Amino acid sequence: MKISRHHTQGLAKGVIWVAAFSTLAVMFWILYQVLREGLPLLHPDFFIQAPRQMGRAGGIFSTIIGTIALTVVAIVIATPLGVGTAIFLQEYTRESGVSRVIRFGTDCLAGVPSIIFGLFGFVFFVIFLRMGWSILSGGLTLATMILPTIICTAEEAIKSVPYTYREVSFALGGTRWQTIRKMVLPNAFPGILTGVLLGVGRSVGETAAVILTAGSSFITPDSLFSPIRTMAVHFYILAREGISMEMAYATGAALILLILAINTVANWMMYRYAHKA
Amino acid sequence: MPIRLEESSFMEKQAKIAIQNFHFYYGTFMALKDLNLSIQPNQIFAILGPARSGKTTLLKSMNRLTDLIFGTSHTGQIFIDSQEIYGPEISLPELRRRLGMVFDLPTALPLSIFENVACGPRFKGLSEKSRLEEIVEKSLQAAVLWDEVKDRLQSSALRLSGGQQQRLCIARMLALEPEILMLDEPCSGLDPISTASIEESLTKLKEQYTILLVPHNIQQASRVADRVGFFLEGKMVEEGSAFDLFTRPKNKKTEDYISGKFG
Repeated sequence: MKISRHHTQGLAKGVIWVAAFSTLAVMFWILYQVLREGLPLLHPDFFIQAPRQMGRAGGIFSTIIGTIALTVVAIVIATPLGVGTAIFLQEYTRESGVSRVIRFGTDCLAGVPSIIFGLFGFVFFVIFLRMGWSILSGGLTLATMILPTIICTAEEAIKSVPYTYREVSFALGGTRWQTIRKMVLPNAFPGILTGVLLGVGRSVGETAAVILTAGSSFITPDSLFSPIRTMAVHFYILAREGISMEMAYATGAALILLILAINTVANWMMYRYAHKA
Repeated sequence: MPIRLEESSFMEKQAKIAIQNFHFYYGTFMALKDLNLSIQPNQIFAILGPARSGKTTLLKSMNRLTDLIFGTSHTGQIFIDSQEIYGPEISLPELRRRLGMVFDLPTALPLSIFENVACGPRFKGLSEKSRLEEIVEKSLQAAVLWDEVKDRLQSSALRLSGGQQQRLCIARMLALEPEILMLDEPCSGLDPISTASIEESLTKLKEQYTILLVPHNIQQASRVADRVGFFLEGKMVEEGSAFDLFTRPKNKKTEDYISGKFG
């Protein structure tokens, strides 16, 4: 039997709709599950109190501080390094042996499981450099982990800036650096920000590498050398060790709200940026 | 003959641009073949020829934008005011400010109208607001765009029409305060009225500048050019005053081209 053009068209449309809606359904199901269990427990006190009784009571204040501190350190270190590498690969070298080696290296790093980064961070930062379990060790480890993502997205963003912008900039007497700063980076900014956001997401959600390098102390940190516990680690410990499923869900809900907040701010930044010119 | 006399007096002046035995290659492809040419100051030199005859390559090898392309090379020399532009002591940003260029497609940058024009002076290190405003106004007026945009200098240049964008590019080039203007089909995609206004401003501009023009058709060359070089497959087949070249071409190919037998 021959299937008519009309039928294949209908079939394709059906399959595509099912794919799109099942994705949405899974996403909403997860959100619903966590928020349904967690949201009722979210009182303002939960955010500003330190955990008590191993997390059975009290709030998650110190883990929020820990999450933010660790992520900020990771992003502050990885963004300039990653964007710098991307600029080097796209603007300062032609496709050559060196650039291929760098690209191969970052591609490999991107596929390495986070626990391996954790192990590396533990051996190198925590022990060899004597940084101990600390925000700094954890931040550096997460920075190495998200570096490939930032390099890769920044490279794509830089590559997508039209060649004519560069040509015009040079024709107007711009130096290479002026061209990069005034033409390439501003136009690549939204793409670079996307990469940084992916990095933020991975940092916020990471557990294994964090436990190995930043510890799991829920005492509120007072310096970069203090050990910390992030919200994701807190969630993991509460759930894994059966301390309190309720508090785990509440932490999960708070984590989701944090990520929503970060994405909202980033979208707002991109919107503002797009409507500035 | 009066024309001859005028020509010989031109020749005695120091050439603004002198090109000697110049070959240019993209990889192994020879885009310009043994070019010898001298261009006098304060005249419009039209570079005429069909597509892929080396016109744009000639312009871009003079401000060395071809340096951006991997695998290019050259032999021979180009002098501007007797200075060899491929010489070791040349500063590329400085060279490119001396040879302002307008590309064959409107290339407004995704900035405001003001910033598009102020871009070149800013690269040079100028940041004084009043001075920049002065340059922007002067340049936009010279490019016959000021009246249309003076009330919306801060809006995006990308919202201008194609013709306005092309005049913006001319203004942007003039803001560099160059010595030589290189215009690669500045009127492509323009309506006859904008074309006429650009051509009119070109004849005014040649009092201050030396102009290299890739005309977008033969008629335009005959309207504005003082001298014309006819290029074919990277070779300059014939060069002479516009009057001579259009009325009594020496070369058969030139004749065929200007009479429209090929193009």
